Amino acid sequence: MSGLVEGRLEIHFTLNGEEIAVEIDLAERLLDLLRYRLGLPGTKEGCAEGECGACTVLLDGTPVDSCLVPALQVRGRQVDTIETVDPSRLGPFLETGATQCGACTPGVVMTGVWVRDHPELLERHTIRELMAGNLCRCTGYDGIVEGVEAAVKDAEARRESEARRPPSGRE
Amino acid sequence: MKRREGLSKLSGREPYVDDLPLDDFLWGATVRSPAPRGRIRDIRLPDGFDWSEFVIVDHRDIPGVNCVFLMEEDQPALAPGYVRHVHEPVLLLAHPSRAEVRRAASAIAVEVDSEPAILDFRLSPEPEQIQYADDNVIKRLEISKGDVERALADAPIIVEGVYETGEQEHVYLENQGMIASMEDDVLVIRGSMQCPYYVVKALGPLLGRGEDDLRVIQTATGGGFGGKEEYPSTIAAHAALLALKAGHPVKLVYDRNEDMAATTKRHPSRVRHRTGVAEDGRLLAQEIEFTLDAGAYVTLSPVVLSRGIIHAAGPYACDHVHILGRAMFTNRVPFGAFRGFGNPQGCFAIERHMDVIAHRLGMDPVQLRRVNLLRDGQTTATGQVVRDGTDRVAVMSRALGLSRYREKREAHAEYNGGHPYLRRGIGLATFYHGAGFTGAGEVYLDSRVHVAGLPDGRIEVRTASTEMGQGMITIFTQLAVDRLGLAARDVIVAAPDTHRVPDSGPTVASRTAMIVGRLVERACDDLRLRAGLLATARGDVVKTAIIAWHREHAGEELIGEGRYEQPPGIAWDEESYRGDAYGTFAWAAHIAEVEVDLRTYGVRVLDYVAVQEVGAVLNETLARGQIQGGVAQGVGWALFEEVVSRDGAMENTQLTNYIIPTSGDLPPIRVDFLENPYPYGARGAKGIGELPLNGPPPAVVNAVVDAVGDACAEEPTAIPLTPERLMRLLDAGAAARESTSAGAS
Repeated sequence: MSGLVEGRLEIHFTLNGEEIAVEIDLAERLLDLLRYRLGLPGTKEGCAEGECGACTVLLDGTPVDSCLVPALQVRGRQVDTIETVDPSRLGPFLETGATQCGACTPGVVMTGVWVRDHPELLERHTIRELMAGNLCRCTGYDGIVEGVEAAVKDAEARRESEARRPPSGRE
Repeated sequence: MKRREGLSKLSGREPYVDDLPLDDFLWGATVRSPAPRGRIRDIRLPDGFDWSEFVIVDHRDIPGVNCVFLMEEDQPALAPGYVRHVHEPVLLLAHPSRAEVRRAASAIAVEVDSEPAILDFRLSPEPEQIQYADDNVIKRLEISKGDVERALADAPIIVEGVYETGEQEHVYLENQGMIASMEDDVLVIRGSMQCPYYVVKALGPLLGRGEDDLRVIQTATGGGFGGKEEYPSTIAAHAALLALKAGHPVKLVYDRNEDMAATTKRHPSRVRHRTGVAEDGRLLAQEIEFTLDAGAYVTLSPVVLSRGIIHAAGPYACDHVHILGRAMFTNRVPFGAFRGFGNPQGCFAIERHMDVIAHRLGMDPVQLRRVNLLRDGQTTATGQVVRDGTDRVAVMSRALGLSRYREKREAHAEYNGGHPYLRRGIGLATFYHGAGFTGAGEVYLDSRVHVAGLPDGRIEVRTASTEMGQGMITIFTQLAVDRLGLAARDVIVAAPDTHRVPDSGPTVASRTAMIVGRLVERACDDLRLRAGLLATARGDVVKTAIIAWHREHAGEELIGEGRYEQPPGIAWDEESYRGDAYGTFAWAAHIAEVEVDLRTYGVRVLDYVAVQEVGAVLNETLARGQIQGGVAQGVGWALFEEVVSRDGAMENTQLTNYIIPTSGDLPPIRVDFLENPYPYGARGAKGIGELPLNGPPPAVVNAVVDAVGDACAEEPTAIPLTPERLMRLLDAGAAARESTSAGAS
């Protein structure tokens, strides 16, 4: 318990698919842990109060603002950052002009990828609603909304072509 | 072509200033004035800190002149014992821990013996509030055309109005930041900025350094919108002073709160119109008073004022115009460059006023504009003959058609009659924007661009133009590819670094594609000549010739240069403010459809159509993105973005209480271009970036007036038109109707 007395504690969690152990300060934000101590600067700070979404990461698969998450809270959980997103699947966002200055972009992509991978969300919500937690000052949002739309379609097409493929490569 | 750095941004690999790896460095922080005006009595370092761990810098540590050089030499880098606005930088700290340096900066007490401040630019200053010249007028400019007094006296109808716009915060998503470090006797500044050479010019005299021992490198910049035009020079100065004293690199990165509180915003304005009108709607005389709040230092206010008054009469033909412009000193945080640069303020006033005139005449606002829109051969307020061949009425007609303006108006009448609390309306704005520096400004800038042929046959485009999201890297690549017939992979666009690129002027004024892009083309042409090729050579021939040249000139550089030349037939007189203010204008018509909720007084934009003539469109996706982003920023300013001030400084310095639009607040923004190539712009381009911010505020407010204007006590004349403001107008209208009906009964 000496860690607690000194305000520091070792925690374990899964970061971008890998188990890690790291000593944290009890007051440390997940955002700072990622950016300044774990060498993952892709996650950005925009407002530091959970309004802009630039610092969005997935916590157990759900988007959260990492500026509002104490690092302590990710003990034993799974954190995915922009660094784990497959760049080869980001074409749809490029085509539609979803990024301009790029500062909001990693957060936009994390939320967008979450929507892409959970198309059932679209049964009850529009893309505009789902993306409303990510502020962008450059695009006016059309490029982003269309990018998510295109990514959803792209994912659907991939699933269909997977389904059509024979179960084993040997046949 | 797709955005070249797009995948790097989408995948989070693009390195911004706060992302750069840095060893053995200190975090910087700024201690600021708590008072709007007065003499600093004491600066107290409280107990509870080991101050020996801190590097502390004040004005006495400045080796050169204590001034951030821009237009006038009035703004100190650090207050020398006297402050003129809240948040004025007084003291700098550096420490290895970011948390510790921020805690210390907020614990230091700066005590000021306050003196009378002036905080409202609309009031005449009392003698003890005078702090600039003998009337607090920082800049006064006039435009005169014809005989306004006589034309007003002869006009059958006079329509007057006073219009006001509030401050606007840029809210680039990346906060401002700089790193300063010494590298082999050269002071190197890296950071988020629009204008690397402005930083060099600002820091040279301050630090006593020439261009050789001062090097400025732009890092990936997460949005600018004008907010990173002049202010980065101050942050760079602070980081440099700390790094020089510390002997270590210093990183000075603002958080959102500090960025919103301390950096520049759009100038608040008040514009008074007095207009003589004929019964058929023709504008006979326009008398305009255009006043800006400059804040406590000159910054760029004189040129913001200049652009504002040049556009203030609108894109209309009128023979008798008088415009008086004034930028007023106040003890407020200085205002600065913001996309549109004075035009959005004037555009709100004239376009709102056009609808007020139409209502007075009982005329359709469309018809009023059709009657007055400039035709080729007619002149603007400065006497500039418009002759670009663009049919400005056709631009408006295209917007009317796309928005189904006529059908909507009829449908709204029915809808509004039947709905218990929702009211719909549609509004129009027609406007223009001149690209590039005003008058002879581009001649003075004397911009240069280099295109280097590299030993492996690739080329490198070297300019001081910065990428801040607008697409410079992609556009310059496209221009070089087209000019020389190379593949995109053979074109490198150099990162702006003042030790590697020539001064191609600042990345402002919608000048990058149109003016600097043209210089990229000329530099490509020059490179081809220097490589010994004919002007028609393209593709592999060029590549081969570059490689061959290097074989013959081992160790030398092959550089083509493009240098600004003024297009023929442009004449501007700075003394009389007459002549060709800009090489060309871009033209636009925007139409907004809104729904007002009478229960909440909230306004929702249902549809938005933006039609513009911007010369040749160089890249459809990028151009569309510029328009949509500008519209969103304009809609935000019109409806949500309210700066609340105390002691002349922004108080709501959070994204929780300064509200910018989300994706859920906006409809799809429908964009259409009419293309009329401008012969002196790169591949026919005109400036595009600032144009779209001008139209949305008047288009949206005109739509609100269309929806509920009759129920308001008076037509809205100020933005942001927040629910509170609209409530007051509607409640006053209801009260007036009640007292009228009570009086009648």
